[in-house]
Amino acid sequence: MAIDSRDLNTNALQAQGMSIDPLDDTTMVINMGPQHPSTHGVLRVVLELDGETITRATSHIGYVHTGIEKSMEYQTYLKAVTNTDRMDYLSAHINNAAYTLSVEKLLGIEPPPRGQYLRVMLMEIQRIASHLVWLATHCLDMGAMTVFFYAFQQREKLLNLTEMMSGVRMMPSWIVPGGLRGDAPDGWFERAKEFCDGFPKAMEELEDLLNNNPIWRDRTQGIGIISAEDCIALGVSGPTLRGSGVAHDIRKTTPYSGYEQFTFYVPTGEFCDVYDRYRVRMAEMYQSREIIKQCIENMPDGPINVDDRKIVPPPRRELDNSMEAVIHHFKLWTEGFHPPIGEAYVPLESPKGEIGFYIVSDGTNRPYRAHMRPPSFMNLQALSAMCEGRLIADVVAVIGSIDIVLGEIDR
Amino acid sequence: MSSAEETNADAQPQERIEVTKIRERYPDALIDIDLFRGDTRILVKREFIVDICRLFKTDSDLQYNFFSECLGVDYLDAREGYRFEVVYNLYSLPYDKNGVRYGKNHRIFLKVPVPEEDPTVPTVTEVYPAAEWPEREIYDMFGVSFSGHPDLRRILMPDDWVGHPQRKDYPLGGERVQFPGGKLGPSVGEVPVQHPGASWYGKTGDTQGEKHSR
Repeated sequence: MAIDSRDLNTNALQAQGMSIDPLDDTTMVINMGPQHPSTHGVLRVVLELDGETITRATSHIGYVHTGIEKSMEYQTYLKAVTNTDRMDYLSAHINNAAYTLSVEKLLGIEPPPRGQYLRVMLMEIQRIASHLVWLATHCLDMGAMTVFFYAFQQREKLLNLTEMMSGVRMMPSWIVPGGLRGDAPDGWFERAKEFCDGFPKAMEELEDLLNNNPIWRDRTQGIGIISAEDCIALGVSGPTLRGSGVAHDIRKTTPYSGYEQFTFYVPTGEFCDVYDRYRVRMAEMYQSREIIKQCIENMPDGPINVDDRKIVPPPRRELDNSMEAVIHHFKLWTEGFHPPIGEAYVPLESPKGEIGFYIVSDGTNRPYRAHMRPPSFMNLQALSAMCEGRLIADVVAVIGSIDIVLGEIDR
Repeated sequence: MSSAEETNADAQPQERIEVTKIRERYPDALIDIDLFRGDTRILVKREFIVDICRLFKTDSDLQYNFFSECLGVDYLDAREGYRFEVVYNLYSLPYDKNGVRYGKNHRIFLKVPVPEEDPTVPTVTEVYPAAEWPEREIYDMFGVSFSGHPDLRRILMPDDWVGHPQRKDYPLGGERVQFPGGKLGPSVGEVPVQHPGASWYGKTGDTQGEKHSR
């Protein structure tokens, strides 16, 4: 709905955070969202237009704020994991891992090699799945519907892998402090290998649909340009930063969960536009596949959890004939564990950018404060810098290229 | 340096260069240093936070070019003399540009105590533009205001919300469902809402509502 700025009540506008000069009739204000299909949830962007050129884009967020961080303060460390799935619901494993690594840093523990490898494998599976949703919805926004179905076909295989392991498709809470909830079931690695074998062909199909598609190239090349310096100044991270030519990947700079043992490279863009961000994410999916393959080949044997019954619950079979196991089980799920007083933050590379949980422990069994560093939240700050001086149609392309998830922005 | 001091320095873990820089430039600013699991957290006075951030960003040994985030913590009565803490998470992001290497791949946490009676911190947005939204979030969730912030408004909660939800004395749950519609609702004044949908009618001004409401 277009509004002529002369007709508007200035006070009402100021209450909504817009400050425009009522006498200025050269600009027009257009409201985009929160129910716009291309805003990936409920994002509202107020655009100030001069003709068809955007002079200012203001994002309004908070429509799906549910107070997840507050809720986590009232749950024990083990139970609070489930909240993290719901933040960035497209990369649940990585959210779990971000929270888990911070708690493990507080506790000063590290799971055994098999646990680490399984975590890396799940995180990379999740990265591909998240990027596929990004690709599907990004293309759908721009009118390329076919890509959506091809991308979701592949994502379905990855969700099946998660389901086979954890029983659920999207909210697994499988990576927990101390290790994982369980080991891979029989045949899981074979299924994962099957996916890896078929994936390049599927990716070729997707790239055939887009790379030389003149409409796709016209709508993405030279659009949403942001320089590397601006990205860093605005706190942008992840593929959006790499699309601007900065080869920064937390898996390389500060490796966690044993990422230093894997061979992969960090793709970067050159022209800082929407197309380069697309190329970066496509290349990242191939790299994630490489990491999954290395995981399958070198998967070590042994336990997946730390050997500490005060942190990891005993296996179900022991509950039938061991009193200690029953006591541990009961104590762990009612009271939980008590990390020492301190604060911890571990940065991770999520599909969106730098993720990490800042956890303040006061020595009790609940996090005193658990704050997530939301990558989409920080990346969205750069939206106006990318859109200003461009057309409305480009906003759709730019929002898609940042790859936002509102569940994580609003928390 | 005397030998006694040297042995003392050997026994202690090596002091981070950031702490030394603050000691040199702003000796009054330093309150406390917290070392935990390899991370350094420096508690500084809030008057100095902008200067220290600028020093950290421009100093060639530090090059903290990336503002990772900032967050608030409400300690209620746990801390002596203040209630809130604002934690700044700064990162020196390494990258190459035209053959020049920038950034050191370091991370540091700066903390600022904020008393309850005067919850104001100078904004760091002029040094780090990325701080704009995180500071708004702290303002929204804790009621800590940032002086000099270009656009200090609520970011996640509705504009007419009363209270700051992340404070420890703010209850979890129990609040009534709110449909303020910009004018009415419990968040603005004490208007009783009979059931979650009760305020729906009348807001939109449709006559259908009259028919359905009892």
